[in-house]
Amino acid sequence: MNTVEAIDADELRDLYRELILDHARKPRHFGKLESATHAAQGINPLCGDKLHLYLQLENDVIRDASFEGSGCAISVASASLLTDTVIGMKTDDAIHWFDQVTDRLTNESANSDFDIGKLQALEGVREFPSRVKCATLAWHALHSAIEQRSTPASTE
Amino acid sequence: MSQVQPFTTNALLDVSGDFPVLDQEVHGRPLVYLDSAASAQQPAAVIDTVAAYHRNDHANVHRGVHTLSERATEAYEGARDKIQAFINANSRREIVLTSGTTESINLVAQSYCRPQLKPGNKVLITQLEHHSNFVPWQLVCEQTGADLLIAPIDRRGQLDLERLQELMTEDVFLLAVGHVSNALGTVNPIQDIVGWAKQRDIKVLVDGAQGVPHMAIDVADIGCDFYAFSGHKMFGPTGTGVLYGREALLDDMPPWQGGGDMILEVRLDGTVFNDLPYKFEAGTPNISGVIGLGAAIDYLNAIGMDRIAAHEHVLLEYMMGKLSDVDGVRLIGTAESKTSVQSFMLGDIHPHDLGTILDHQGVAIRTGHHCAMPVMDFFEIPGTARASLAIYNSSDDVDRLIAAVEKARHIFA
Ligand SMILES: Cc1ncc(COP(=O)(O)O)c(C=O)c1O
Repeated sequence: MNTVEAIDADELRDLYRELILDHARKPRHFGKLESATHAAQGINPLCGDKLHLYLQLENDVIRDASFEGSGCAISVASASLLTDTVIGMKTDDAIHWFDQVTDRLTNESANSDFDIGKLQALEGVREFPSRVKCATLAWHALHSAIEQRSTPASTE
Repeated sequence: MSQVQPFTTNALLDVSGDFPVLDQEVHGRPLVYLDSAASAQQPAAVIDTVAAYHRNDHANVHRGVHTLSERATEAYEGARDKIQAFINANSRREIVLTSGTTESINLVAQSYCRPQLKPGNKVLITQLEHHSNFVPWQLVCEQTGADLLIAPIDRRGQLDLERLQELMTEDVFLLAVGHVSNALGTVNPIQDIVGWAKQRDIKVLVDGAQGVPHMAIDVADIGCDFYAFSGHKMFGPTGTGVLYGREALLDDMPPWQGGGDMILEVRLDGTVFNDLPYKFEAGTPNISGVIGLGAAIDYLNAIGMDRIAAHEHVLLEYMMGKLSDVDGVRLIGTAESKTSVQSFMLGDIHPHDLGTILDHQGVAIRTGHHCAMPVMDFFEIPGTARASLAIYNSSDDVDRLIAAVEKARHIFA
């Protein structure tokens, strides 16, 4: 077994941080939101991640949010963290977060002045190009839901 | 669960040295390639043949009197002869060269079925099929008003053969069925299936993409009307494929695409099409790819398909045993007759997470739905992790897979 243990687990541990695993196992705000006014679907055809994001908007403020669907640990944790983050936020601010978060998850030299809080835990995906889409899927769905687009958001 | 015995056998091949790409490290560990069902690696013999062709002989085929064109044509047509012999077709006229299984199947759907299908006719497929043996039939049924019937599978991932026979009614025009499932490794009793279809005068297309790389194929013996496969799954180049079709059927079919090479004479008022198989090969073909495919066939013949089948059989048994000994592993696809592929789940870890963790340890597997979403729906899972074996894999590769899976179990514990 020692060969296995000898593997540099750092990058993997960085991807699968405790916070991520915790949100993946016990996603927050999971389930359909009956009071939803806006919704969007996100599909990642590569790995079959599929989620529905629900928003209850009132005067351009996100009063409540939830999601359902299935996906890998990264996409579920990301959606869970997203709902935690955006509830109570103005839609304009949420769009600003969308820009900041997607930039930080995809771009090594992204400006880190803006504090993305707990979402920093997702930054490990930058080392795993094939997983970036998992981490940004919920955010694309958020963008679509706010813009109320009718076609599903896709990471493609 | 029985403890798997330590590995001892001399049935195994040792040919990984023939495959240059395998000699590398991925994330600091020697690469273990267990994704040959998606695309197999090429032996140096294939790579070198293709390179030598480009260095020495390249020209367009069938259209020059100059020396290079003659050489290219000879090598290209020589590969067709090798393919014919490899699958025991009656004639080289029955070997249509395509870009892959997908094109081969679409050709049959559009050139054979579309002109003949009428509303109320039926096309029969199975729930085990790859999307490329699924979607072309959905399309042609939509185009013609024919109905698409889908034969079910059981919990082990085998076709429900009784239901399949019940569905083979007189109004079924064609049955399209895979030889080997790419998602589960199930080997279908293809001779029996073709036999039942023939009794009812149903034409049969066999998707042999996962059959040809793993066992000796004899289309005469199978008795099917069409047999489709891809070069890149049998250690040849991508963008090459074959449609075997019975000459009598191919003869009656209209061309698939129009263009150069598929004509005898083009006049202002019409065109006389070329003979078989060129009628179906419009445009400049993938010359170097097909020549490479010929080299891949030489390579396989030199080893012997029976030895290849024996090697993979031993390794698959070993891999299935080892995997099922891992805590939390659930095997998906446990058919009685299987080859080279094992799909599995580990606890409730999503296959994509598993794939990333394994890759990080140098172990390449496929994760996801494997272009067989109807199979995943049947098992009510979003996808699986799939390890697929080929001639160059060893028991050490399986041991590395198991160690990597254990590692994933620890990370998610
Ligand atoms: C069973 C089966 N059928 C069809 C295909 C399609 O082959 P290709 O993509 O080479 O056309 C594949 C491979 O992906 C396969 O495994």
